[in-house]
Amino acid sequence: MTSKIKPGKGAPYARITGVGGYRPTRVVPNEEILKHIDSSDEWIRSRSGIATRHWAGPEETVAVMAVEAAGKAIADAGLDPEQIGGVIVATVSHFKQTPAIATEIAHKLGAGKPAAFDINAGCAAFGYGLTLAKGMVTEGSAEHVLVIGVERLSDLTDVTDRSTAFLFGDGAGAVVVGPSQEPAMGPSVWGSEGDKSDVISQTVPWDGYRVGDVGQLPVGADGELKFPAIRQEGQAVFRWAVFEMAKVAQQALDAAGVSPADLDVFIPHQANMRIIDSMVKTLKLPEHVTVARDVETTGNTSAASIPLAMERLLATGQAKSGDTALVIGFGAGLAYAATVVTLP
Amino acid sequence: MAATQEEIVAGLAEIVNEIAGIPAEDVQLDKSFTDDLDVDSLSMVEVVVAAEERFDVKIPDDDVKNLKTVGDAADYILKHQA
Ligand SMILES: CC(C)(COP(=O)(O)OP(=O)(O)OC[C@H]1O[C@@H](n2cnc3c(N)ncnc32)[C@H](O)[C@@H]1OP(=O)(O)O)[C@@H](O)C(=O)NCCC(=O)NCCS
Repeated sequence: MTSKIKPGKGAPYARITGVGGYRPTRVVPNEEILKHIDSSDEWIRSRSGIATRHWAGPEETVAVMAVEAAGKAIADAGLDPEQIGGVIVATVSHFKQTPAIATEIAHKLGAGKPAAFDINAGCAAFGYGLTLAKGMVTEGSAEHVLVIGVERLSDLTDVTDRSTAFLFGDGAGAVVVGPSQEPAMGPSVWGSEGDKSDVISQTVPWDGYRVGDVGQLPVGADGELKFPAIRQEGQAVFRWAVFEMAKVAQQALDAAGVSPADLDVFIPHQANMRIIDSMVKTLKLPEHVTVARDVETTGNTSAASIPLAMERLLATGQAKSGDTALVIGFGAGLAYAATVVTLP
Repeated sequence: MAATQEEIVAGLAEIVNEIAGIPAEDVQLDKSFTDDLDVDSLSMVEVVVAAEERFDVKIPDDDVKNLKTVGDAADYILKHQA
C-alpha cells in the first residue's frame, strides 16, 4: 500500500547567519620555503601572490581548528551549540577513513545530536557544503547547519616539490546556515569534470603502502618512505581556472539575477592571486567590488579558503553584513561550485 | 574565414597589450614573449586561451612550451586554425 507521506516543513529561504575562522599561530614566510626548493621570494610572489602562510603545530589538529572556527561562527550567529542540527565538514586532511570527523567536532562543540558528516570535493567543497546546508534548512531536516572548511595541507605538502611547496596553508573557516524570510542564497552552479581528475591528486593512495608496488611509493633523500602529497599539473589547472571558472562565476551571477554592478564583494577560492586577477578582469567586475585577496598571507587552504577570506573581509570592515557576495570554489576533481550570497 | 599572418600578429598584439600592458606596436614576429614582452609562463597561458577564442584554434599545453616568439605563435595559428 502506498501511504500518504507528510513532507518536512522547512524555512522559506536560507541565509548565512554567522562566520568564524581559525588561523594557526605559526606564520611561514617564503624564506622558509626556499630552504627546500630552488626558487626565490620574488618568483613566488609574482607567480602566486603568496608572501606568507600559516602552518599548524602539533596541537592545532583538524578537530581543534574546526572547533575554534565553528564556535566563533555559532556565537556570531547568536546561537547556542545545542541549536545546531547539522554539521558538514569539508576537508581532505582528516586521515582516518572512519568515522567522519564531523561527529567528533559536533560533540566537542557541545551540539546535541546533529546530523554530522564529512564531504570531499577538494577546493570546491565549501560551496558543496553550502548547497547541502541550504537544502537541509529549506527542506526542514535541520534548522541551523554548520558548514566547516578545515585543512592541514602542510601534512600533504612535499616541501621539495617546486610546483606546490609554496602554495598550501592550514586553517579553518566556518559558517552557520539558518532560516530566512528573504532569499539570501542564490542557486548553486556546481559540477565536476572527471576527465581531468588526474590534474590535481594525491601522489599515492593509502592502500599503496599495503599492497602497492613499493617502487611506486614516494621515497625521501634518506631512503625513508614518505607520506603522500598533493601534486598537480600547474599550467593545466591555471588554464582551467582562468578560462572555465570565469564562465561558472558568470552563470552563478545570472542564475541569481545579480549583475556585476549590483555586486559588493567577490570571494573566489584563494588558490593563486594570478587566477583571482584574471577572473576579476574576465568578469569585468567594477571598481567598487571588494575582492578577497587573502591568499597573500594565508596561501591556499583548500576547503577553508572561502570562509576564512569571508571572515577576514568582515572583521577588517572591507565588507559588511548585508553585502551581496559572489563565491566560487574550484579544484581537485576537477570540481567547482559558485553561488551568490548575502553576507552575515 | 582563415586569418592571414598579418591579421594574426595584429590580434596577438591586442591580446598581449590587454594581458601584459605591452604597447601593441612592440609585438613583432621576432619578439620573444618572455624575454622581450614581459609575458611570463602564466600570462602566456592567458594569451593562449585568448588566442584560441579569437582564432578558433586549439593549442594544447604541451605545444605552448614551443611558442617562444610571436612568430612561433603566428605560424602555429596559421597552420592549425579551423
Ligand atoms: C604552480 C604555478 C605557480 C607554477 O607556475 P608555472 O608558470 O605553471 O610554472 P612552470 O612549471 O610552467 O614553470 C615555468 C618556469 O618557472 C620555473 N619554475 C617552476 N617552479 C618554480 C619555482 N618554484 N621557483 C622558481 N622557478 C620555478 C620553471 O623552471 C620554468 O622555467 P623555464 O621557463 O626557464 O623552464 C602555476 O602553475 C599555478 O599556480 N597553477 C595553478 C595551481 C593552483 O592554483 N592549484 C590549486 C587549484 S585548487
